[in-house]
This record gives sequence, C-alpha cells and structure tokens, in this order.
Amino acid sequence: MKILVGVKRVVDANIKVRVKSDNSGIDLANAKMAINPFCEIAVEEAIRLKEAGIEDEIIAVSIGPGNCQEQIRTALALGADRGILVESEEHIEPLSVAKIFKSIVDKEQIDLVILGKLSIDTDNNQVGQMLAALCGYPQGTFACNVELKDGKIEVSREIDGGEQTVLLDLPAIVTTDLRLNEPRYASLPNIMKAKNKPIDHVTPADLGVAINSGLKTLSIAPPAQRTAGIKVKSVAELVDKLRTEAKII
Amino acid sequence: MAILVIAEHDNESLKPASLNTVTAAKEIEGEIEVLVAGKDCQNVADKAARIAGITKVIVADDACYEYQLAESVAPLVADIGKNYSHILAAATTTGKNILPRVAALLDVAQISDIVEVLSSDTFVRPIYAGNAMATVQSSDLIKVITVRTTAFSEAEATGNGIIEPTSFTVQQDSSIFVSEQLSKSERPELTSASIIVSGGRGMQNGENFILLEKVADKLGAAIGASRAAVDAGFVPNDYQVGQTGKIVAPDLYIAVGISGAIQHLAGMKDSKVIVAINKDEEAPIFQVADYGLVANLFDALPELEQAL
Repeated sequence: MKILVGVKRVVDANIKVRVKSDNSGIDLANAKMAINPFCEIAVEEAIRLKEAGIEDEIIAVSIGPGNCQEQIRTALALGADRGILVESEEHIEPLSVAKIFKSIVDKEQIDLVILGKLSIDTDNNQVGQMLAALCGYPQGTFACNVELKDGKIEVSREIDGGEQTVLLDLPAIVTTDLRLNEPRYASLPNIMKAKNKPIDHVTPADLGVAINSGLKTLSIAPPAQRTAGIKVKSVAELVDKLRTEAKII
Repeated sequence: MAILVIAEHDNESLKPASLNTVTAAKEIEGEIEVLVAGKDCQNVADKAARIAGITKVIVADDACYEYQLAESVAPLVADIGKNYSHILAAATTTGKNILPRVAALLDVAQISDIVEVLSSDTFVRPIYAGNAMATVQSSDLIKVITVRTTAFSEAEATGNGIIEPTSFTVQQDSSIFVSEQLSKSERPELTSASIIVSGGRGMQNGENFILLEKVADKLGAAIGASRAAVDAGFVPNDYQVGQTGKIVAPDLYIAVGISGAIQHLAGMKDSKVIVAINKDEEAPIFQVADYGLVANLFDALPELEQAL
C-alpha cells in the first residue's frame, strides 16, 4: 500500500507575522520557516500506519520554490521513504495544488492521501476536499482518529457539535485535525539517513498542470487593532464596570 | 443570476449560521435562493422559506442526504449551483467539508471564510490566523464562498419564499456514516452565544471547570476553552475557541486562565467586550482585553459568581 503526504513550507507557527507597509503581502524576509503543523500531523499518521505494518511506502510531496526541499527532508528524517518536489516560484491557489496532487496520485497509484486540514498561512482549508472531488474518492476531513479495517478506512472527524465517524473505501483522502496524534521529533541518525533518501524534482508543467486561478489578491492589510483597555483591581470593580460602563450584564 | 445559499441544519431545525450566511448574500446583488439537503427536513424548509429576503427554497429530501456527507451533497450542489452566480455556505465544519468539493467539481476557486463583501466579485478574508486581511477578487463565473458567520448579523424571519422540491439524488457507497457523538448541553451554542466564559491551562484540570460553569449559569453563558485546555483533556474538542477551533464574537468574552496565544486570539478578538482574568500580568491576553483582572482565578471565580 502506498501513501502520499503533503508537506507545505510555511512561516513558523510561533511567529507573529507583519504586513508589508505597502500592503502588498506579508513580510517573510528572514522569518523562520517550518512544515505546516497540520502537515506534520499527516506525516506522523503515515509513519504510524507504516510502523503498524499497513503501509509499504510513504511519499512526501511539497509544492513551491526550491527551498521547500528542507521540509521534504524533515519529512524524510521523520520516516517518509522518498520525496517529490514540485517546483514553482508562482503563488499556487488550492485548486491548482489539488490538480498537481491528482496527477501524482494517478501516476503513483496512491491508496491513501493524508494532508493537513489547512495551512496556517492562507487558512484556506480546501485542498483535501478538492483533491477528493477531482479523483472521485471519498474524504475524511478534520480527522481525529484513523483506523484501517478490512481494506477500508474508518475516520473519526471533529465536527462543530462533537464527533462524527465515517467508513470510507480506499483510495481515500484524509485531512488531519490537531488531535489526530502528537508528532515525534526526528532523531539525529535519522536526519543523517534522510540525506540519502531520494527527492524527485518536477514542475507543474511536467505533471500536465497549468497554473492559473480565478482569484486575484488585490491587497493584504493589517487587521483592525484592538487596544488594551484598563486593569481593574477587584472582582467588584470588574462587575461594576460591566454593569455601568459596558452595560453588558 | 441568483445566489444560492446552502442551509445549515440537522434535519430538524435550521441553524442560525444559515441566517448569517443569507445576510452576507444580501450584500451581493441578486435574488437569494436557499438549498435544504437532508432527510425528512420539511420543517427546516418551512423555516428557511421565512428568512427575510429570500425568494425560493429548494428542498432535496432523500435518504442519501441524511448525514449531509460531502460525497452525496457536493454533486447535488454542483448540479443545482451551475445556474447561479454565487454559492454560499457558512464556514462551519459542514460547509468547510462540502463546499471545496463543490468548487472543484465546478472547476472554480473557493473563497474561504469571508468577513466582508466589497462588491459582487471582491471580498475580504482573514489569513495568517487573522493577523492579516486579504482583499481578493474573483473572475470565476461561479463564485463559491464560505462565510464567517460572526462577521454578519442574522437575517430576520419575516420572509415568505416559495418551496420547490428537487428529485435529484446521489447514489454512492464509498463513504458511509457510522456514528455521531454530539455533546449534549443545556447551555447556548458556542458560536451563537452572546456571552462566553472560557478557560485555559490555568484551570489546571477538568474538575475545576465547575467554577466556570457556576459563573456561566449566572450569566446564561456558553463555555469555551483554549487549545491548551482541550489538549490537556480538561474539556472536549468542540469547546475549543481559536484559529483551528471555533471562531466566536459574543457581546462578552471572559477569558480565565488563558495566556492568549495568537491562535486563540484569532478565534475571539472580534468579541465586543473582552475580560481577562489571569494571575500573570504579562499575559498577552491583557493586550486585547477591555477589562483585565490580575488575580488567582481560584479566588476570583467564586467571588465573581457571588457578585453576579
């Protein structure tokens, strides 16, 4: 069984980003970059399936500029077997990302795709669902538990009111939520070993995908700022302020 | 061309998120029609027909839509939706699950989580956990959009739309519903509550949430939590407020023992009034709080309960 995981290069989750002063984008110069946290969870889940003897091969795919190789190397150090870097300097919208993944899924005859539910930069939450539509496969989004059962996959999903469990035929697309697992750290020997694992370099054009989008970003602006209010000295003062000043209780 | 709004419901009642979504639709030019896909969902359709500003409710009432699985609902929405200029759904877990699948079937982009309509093709949406606001313009013939419900008010129930059934069904067995565990609570729903009392890692354990519950009871409030409190197992997943949990904007948000990580702030900073109770006066939550109280929550909460 073959499994594909996506690893997106994003700004480190602990960094508070700043908008460029001309509102043209986010200032990422010298920002620390990392694997998107949800993609990390996807890699971990794939490794656990492999350790359980269910998977034979894990392929880690990243789409973006050449330095996305770093994130593929991290996935390889964690336990993925090989990588594919789809190189492009352009900004690629989710639908095109899904088309690139579809092309790889078809070519590599993938049985299970595990992706993060969203990336913490664009916050779109789209690619997994779009890929499922393009492939005609079932989808288990926002997964908090995944179990393979007699050639099918049972996925528990975090939904607004609680949890929902669905049983999907394979091949299937799963997207990860936060509590699916707790990702491991790569060990030094594994980081060294990962240097010898292969990474294929391709372009969207090689995969037959033309990058285009119906969406254009006109500007990126800072959000309205909230200013800190006042400190109250006691619970009594707090309740008084809420009653007489804010008039909210 | 008209706008299609996908109703959020549980086959019995129409969820308030549908009303916020209709309000967003009203800011786009065009007639508004609502799609109700479910099983034995006539009550929902009747309610939807009364939303002010809508002209028609299309009802797809069939066993195949009972659990609103994306594999069943997306082909329906894509088929009906190709005759509309816009397809809107609330950015709830249901909308987020179904709508990108619809967009891909229609070969168009999706615009996620809009908070503002600038024109029929230009929208504002938060990115980077709300640390930046992107203005995006769509040239697609059909604009597929999820709506951040907290950014739009609820449409009123004074309308009188017509109800029209559709016999379109989707037969698929690649995805089968197994079970659902829904949290049962007497309290208001987190996303539509006017007051929320939220606890973080500072609560120390799940049992201590009783202190929050007592305050919430006095205020008629919903209970929320930070990711740290959920990860630590104090409370269930669906309590989580934040970038990856629920986005809320109540009239009053009381954050107790929550330090205020950017991911948490992303989920609540649009609340009208924010109160923070934390023993660490350097906690970032105080930077967004209208009223901050530096105190031990185990003293402050019982006192607050008494004072209310």
